[in-house]
Amino acid sequence: MRAAASFQRLGRLVVAVPYLWLALFFLAPFAIVLRMAFSQAATALPPYAPHFEGLAQLGEFLSQLDVENFRLLAEDPLYWESYLYSLRIAGLTTLLALAIGYPLAYAMASAPARWRGILVVFVILPFWTSFLIRVYAWIGILRPEGLLDASLAFLGITTEPLRLLNTEAAVLLGMVYSYLPFMVLPLFATLEKLDRGLLEAAGDLGATPLTAFMTVTLPLSLPGILAGSALVFIPAVGEFVIPDLLGGPDTVMIGKVLWGEFFSNRDWPLASAVAVVLLVVLVLPLALLQRARLRREMAA
Amino acid sequence: MSRLGPGLILALVVGFAFLYLPILTLIAYSFNASRLVTVWGGFSTHWYGALLQNEPLLDAAWLSIRLGFVSATLATILGTLAALALARHGRFTGRTLFSGMVLAPLVMPEVVTGLSLLLLFVGTEVERGFWTVTIAHATFSLGFACIVVQSRLAGFDRSLEEAAQDLGATPFVTFWTVTLPLIWPAVAAAWMLAFTLSLDDLVIASFTTGPGATTLPMRLYSAVKLGVSPEINAACTIMIGAVAVVVIAASLLLKRRQAG
Repeated sequence: MRAAASFQRLGRLVVAVPYLWLALFFLAPFAIVLRMAFSQAATALPPYAPHFEGLAQLGEFLSQLDVENFRLLAEDPLYWESYLYSLRIAGLTTLLALAIGYPLAYAMASAPARWRGILVVFVILPFWTSFLIRVYAWIGILRPEGLLDASLAFLGITTEPLRLLNTEAAVLLGMVYSYLPFMVLPLFATLEKLDRGLLEAAGDLGATPLTAFMTVTLPLSLPGILAGSALVFIPAVGEFVIPDLLGGPDTVMIGKVLWGEFFSNRDWPLASAVAVVLLVVLVLPLALLQRARLRREMAA
Repeated sequence: MSRLGPGLILALVVGFAFLYLPILTLIAYSFNASRLVTVWGGFSTHWYGALLQNEPLLDAAWLSIRLGFVSATLATILGTLAALALARHGRFTGRTLFSGMVLAPLVMPEVVTGLSLLLLFVGTEVERGFWTVTIAHATFSLGFACIVVQSRLAGFDRSLEEAAQDLGATPFVTFWTVTLPLIWPAVAAAWMLAFTLSLDDLVIASFTTGPGATTLPMRLYSAVKLGVSPEINAACTIMIGAVAVVVIAASLLLKRRQAG
């Protein structure tokens, strides 16, 4: 009995410590962002007004809510266009990563078992190297008179520099490159578990390899496709570093807008409003999905 | 079952070439004697020597390592506790909120995490610097650490814990002598992941840092903004080399343990 009681006490502690940490450093900051989004910028330090003074004056607080920032986001095409643009770039990145990642994952899953472990390590390895380094490597390749221009000129394919750096193509290339491991690993995990006997059965029943692939492999690897796409798409929407370093003036993604509003324009309330909308567009659908999944698991 | 046709071999070659060529060219040009990135001026380790003289960069690297060490340790402890809470404590009040908060940083755009934590630090008038970045990194890598440990706890024989308790071990002793040794590889992996995430982060650190606490990615970022230089290539090569050695050693170690 004594042991059970002390187990309970310890159990509460195990829950309480990370709970408090997250409440303090995740939930509270988020509440502040939400409040800030409904404030006005001021030329003070820190540059916003009014000051947040706790939840005591909730009524007053609600009457003070200022939707000016959100009106600006809705009316100024700069903002909603950059939201749409971010979704577009993230979507294209996902499709391209799937196009490159699927054959790679498929080949890895078909390789002899003793190679697979090492192939997986080699897919993960670039992920462990710094993000910045991988983007920087592409700057060296894509910049005018960089490695790509030099090799193409050497081979006599082009005479003019391609001027790929600071274009949308460069952003896409950098995004696909950086996020490819996130696509390949879940795909590999589902493809490896796939029962090859099913393919042989399809073949015995007269299916061509293409038909067998379309009717057996592809549907069975759908969970991997969905997991990989989510892992690529979600971080890609809010990406800042890649469009900033590889993109140009017309590749304005929403992460870059938020960064600019905060650091260059010092409009903290507007930056907060951008963040809130980004979360509503991106995280809310995911949270609902996760909730539905948890419900199903609880029920089962 | 070797069924690699020519098409699949091509897929492997193209895929891995895409993954590795950019990194390999970056490494190659760190040994270039010429400052120009397109002209090969012969083999030289000149830029590595120059790196050793670059005090700001070395300071930033040292800061990033210390920061990664502290934040990864914090994230691993908190993440392991969170994993235990989720795996062992069934339903408790606010469980949905708790698992949501643990997992949210995984999908949260970095710019949003960074902005929200900065607003907290400004609002509470905390002096920004090493510790604010450490807290920020521990918070966002906690979720990653939790998932790694949780997957290990899921495939784990609970009767061992029950046996220890039946034999009179207190919960703490049970955890220390039974649970922890069994989940140890996952805890170590979680620490490594958290450390790498911290070492890699530019966005969250830029928001939450203060004067005098410039991390290595921040230093590299401002250098990259100014353009390519062989010295950055050399710095990157050292980082890639360190990571490659650690990852390959870790995976060999894991393989040996599984085999043995």
